[in-house]
Order: sequence, then C-alpha cells, then structure tokens
Amino acid sequence: MKCLFVTVGTTSFDDLIACVSAHDSLQIIKSLGYNRLILQIGRGTVVPKPFSTESFTLDVYRYKESLKEDLQKADLVISHAGAGSCLETLEKGKPLVVVINEKLMNNHQLELARKLHKEGHLFYCTCRKIPHMKALRINNWLCFHFSTLPGLLQSMDLSTLKCYPPGQPEKFSAFLDKVVGLKNKH
Amino acid sequence: MVCFQILAAAIGAVAVVLVLRLWIVLRPQDVVPRESLNLLVVAGSGGHTTEILRLVGSLSSAYSPRHYVIADTDEMSSNKIKSFERNQANRDCNTMYPQYYIHQIPRSREVQQSWFSTVFTTLHSMWVSFPLILQVKPDLVLCNGPGTCIPICISALLLGILGVKKVIIVYVESICRVETLSLSGKILFHLSDHFIVQWPTLKEKYPKSVYLGRIV
Repeated sequence: MKCLFVTVGTTSFDDLIACVSAHDSLQIIKSLGYNRLILQIGRGTVVPKPFSTESFTLDVYRYKESLKEDLQKADLVISHAGAGSCLETLEKGKPLVVVINEKLMNNHQLELARKLHKEGHLFYCTCRKIPHMKALRINNWLCFHFSTLPGLLQSMDLSTLKCYPPGQPEKFSAFLDKVVGLKNKH
Repeated sequence: MVCFQILAAAIGAVAVVLVLRLWIVLRPQDVVPRESLNLLVVAGSGGHTTEILRLVGSLSSAYSPRHYVIADTDEMSSNKIKSFERNQANRDCNTMYPQYYIHQIPRSREVQQSWFSTVFTTLHSMWVSFPLILQVKPDLVLCNGPGTCIPICISALLLGILGVKKVIIVYVESICRVETLSLSGKILFHLSDHFIVQWPTLKEKYPKSVYLGRIV
C-alpha cells in the first residue's frame, strides 16, 4: 500500500487541503500509484469527506498526539513549511514536498524551505492551479518560482533527494553549561 | 510651574538611573560556578515548542526545577510539555517526580493582530509576567521566538534593573530563520545575554550572535 501523508501542523492551510483533495489532484495521486491519502488538516475550515473504495482510501483528521505513525507509513509527505513538520519528516528519512502558504505575513517559512531545497533535502512549491512564473517580493528578496503542486508531483524525481543529517543539540548543552557555570555532568 | 519643573527633573533622573541600570545589567558578566540552575522556558505555539523541547531535552538534570511559560490559549504546548517531561522522568531514573511547573500568561499578540492593539495586549501580558518572574526568580530564561517571550524577557531584565536578581537570558532563533531574524529576535538581539542563530547567513549579518550549527 503506497501512502501519501499531507500535514499542516497546528495551522490552517485551506488552499493546500482543497488543492490536494480536488478531483484532478486525486487523479494525479492515483496515477502515481498511491492508494491511500491521509490529510491532517489542523485548524482548517476545508474538511474533505473521507471515503474508501477498493482501490483508494482518503482519511481526514485534525490532530493526533503524535504524527509519528502516519509519518512512518508514508511513502511521500506533503507538508506546510513549519519547522516542526519539516524536521520530523526529514529525520524519518521520508521524501518531502513543502507547500508554501502565500497567505502568511512576510512568509518567513519560505526561507527554510528554500534553504533545505538548495541543500537537496526536499522539493517545494505553492498550490496554485495554473503554472506560471511569478515574482514574489519576500523580505526584500525578489524570487521566482514556478512550481505548482500537481505539476511538481508529476515531474519530480524523489531519488534525487539527499539524506538529512540531524541537528546537534549536544552542542547547545555544552555551550550553555559553559556560560552558566555548570560543570559538565554528561 | 515650579512643581512641573521638579516633576520633570525627577522623571528625568529616574530615566537616567534606569538606563544606567539597564546598561549595567546588559554588560557581559563573569561566569558564576554553580551546581544547579532554576530554569524558565518560554514555549510558543506549534513548532516553537517542538524546537525548544529538543533543546531542553539535551540539558542535564542540573537544570531543575524547570518552569514553562505558555500562552493561556495554547493547549497543545501544555500537552507536549507534559509528555516530554514524562519521557525525561522515565529516562532519568534518579528523579522520583518530574521537577517542572507550567505557568500561563495572556498572549501578547495573536497572528495578524494589529500593531496598535498589540501595545495593549503586551502591556496586559507584562502585568501578569512580572509578578510571575518575581515569584520564580529564575537563574536562566530560555526562549526561541514566540511573542510570549517579550514580556517575560522584559520582566527578567527588570529584576536586574531593580537590583533583585541578574537573570541570564538566552535566545535561540528558530531554525526557520535562515536569512532574517524574527521580530522577537530583532528586539531580543539587543537585550539577551546570548543570542544563538542556526544558519551561517545570520551569523554573517549579526557577528555578535553565537553560531553552533543546526542544534534542533
């Protein structure tokens, strides 16, 4: 069973949920071999109706105490650009597509998505229906991107994604122990 | 007229003293050796809490007791913290009971709230934060960016300014911030004792910050 997991964390991202559960998107998802789509919709107001046929299942929920299980069984994760969702997914070694929520103020989430994409760890896009080149002024940076979600799903090559090395919180604890005067107790 | 002049002079004198005290508090201090530390952690919504708990999880049991401060509308963070502390207690068999407390303060600013009303909601948060900080008297405040941390850090600074206690303020900018600082970061860059960034681009822009690589 090939599973696609969509997560928006604790946010509301109606555009993404609507886009991915639209008829043509579902056709693309099915044609790529997925037979299960799980939507974690957070605070969103768009609530697609779950269904189950012989060949395809759509599950929908708002929150779970931990997304570990759904991340574990996913073959592909589509996520909003929140750091928590991205890092949890990348640390599980799952292929990740990040969708930028253009309605967020200043859209600082784009910074992380762009950086991790540059380092080869994920793909990113918006969920506009019509692919077109769009200039965005974000924090005085003029950037161009022309990937839409349905288009990206069809064209991307997941094997090109690089493994994500985990962060090193032990460097933080060593630094903090030093500056607060604690002897190293590890 | 004379009364007005005296009042103006008094206010001026108090302002000068406060600024001087602030300058003294913000100066680099000598490291005081210690065996344990009273830690206050500000947890924001969603990813902020996830990130800060990863950092707290790397700390030794000397950082105890731990006081968590969350916005009063943030149910998720409360659950995440309880779950985290339960796991920590299971790992560290020496601890009989997890030494932690969760405090709630009014949120200083909701997402997309107008700046004008933010002044009032922040003042309201300060009204609650300062007595809390005065009661807890933490040795260290650790935060990573949600608006909730501003009244807490200002309260911690006030403790120092008023000569009650010097509180060490450590700010870790979120991993989301690659090119630019958050608003909280821009404010606390000048008011924290140690300001940590997680990407080299930010270290270049803010040479006085601390760069340790990716720590979450």
